[in-house]
Amino acid sequence: MAKNPNRPLSPHLQVYRWSPQMAVSIFHRATGFILATAGMMTLLWWLSAIGGGAESYATFEKYVVSAGADGSGVQIASNWFFRLVALAVTFSFFQHLASGLRHLVLDIGAGYELKTNRTWASVAFVAAFFATAFVALFVASRFIGVL
Amino acid sequence: MDSRTNIGRVRGLGSAKHGGEHWLKQRLTAVGNMLLTTWFVLSLFMIPSFEHSALAQWLAQPLVAVPMILMIANIFSHVRLGLQVLIEDYVHDEGLKFAAMTLLSFYVIASAVFGIFVVAKLAFTGALA
Repeated sequence: MAKNPNRPLSPHLQVYRWSPQMAVSIFHRATGFILATAGMMTLLWWLSAIGGGAESYATFEKYVVSAGADGSGVQIASNWFFRLVALAVTFSFFQHLASGLRHLVLDIGAGYELKTNRTWASVAFVAAFFATAFVALFVASRFIGVL
Repeated sequence: MDSRTNIGRVRGLGSAKHGGEHWLKQRLTAVGNMLLTTWFVLSLFMIPSFEHSALAQWLAQPLVAVPMILMIANIFSHVRLGLQVLIEDYVHDEGLKFAAMTLLSFYVIASAVFGIFVVAKLAFTGALA
């Protein structure tokens, strides 16, 4: 079946006014992708570093957690990269969890009234934001020594 | 050829030709992930020390290794189902779609086997120094 690339297409994301219901849907996909790639790869690196012995774990810590006082430039840059990854993965986890719970409720046929639907879409974002803030503050105070 | 009638052969399969299997598996693994990742996150908060030897001893315990293996297997099944939908929705070229699906299968199977092996080795052989 030949497709004409110039064929008229139905309007997509850019022509609609954004609503929480739309945002929560596309965020569910985006956060799922982040968790499936960055999240799982970091988790597997952590697990294999534990399994690989003390030296292997020290390498993981130098690149991911903290390079320490004598860390190289690459390691310090890598630390900051993984802090951003950690923040993105943490937010993605709570966002995907909250909006996943919302999907399970929708799957049983509840929560389709316009106002209810809009409210719970917003709640998913607010819950994810506060849970992420809590974890970030906890980690900052306990492990990084900020605060 | 089976002996069912034409209507019996297609009933319940729908336009996707897979019936509700994908949908249902996605929900079942989602509920499994909720339980297993809740366990994992609470464990992270309760681990007393993030020194290597303490972590290795923690991970080698049966009551940690088993849920960890279950979590890895369950998450990667969920990843397989979820990213499959992403590919189906956004990759329109049939050849590219086939390639992307193949890569996805390699990614999830290789990652899951690697993760399960790492945890099982630690649990079976004890924590290395």
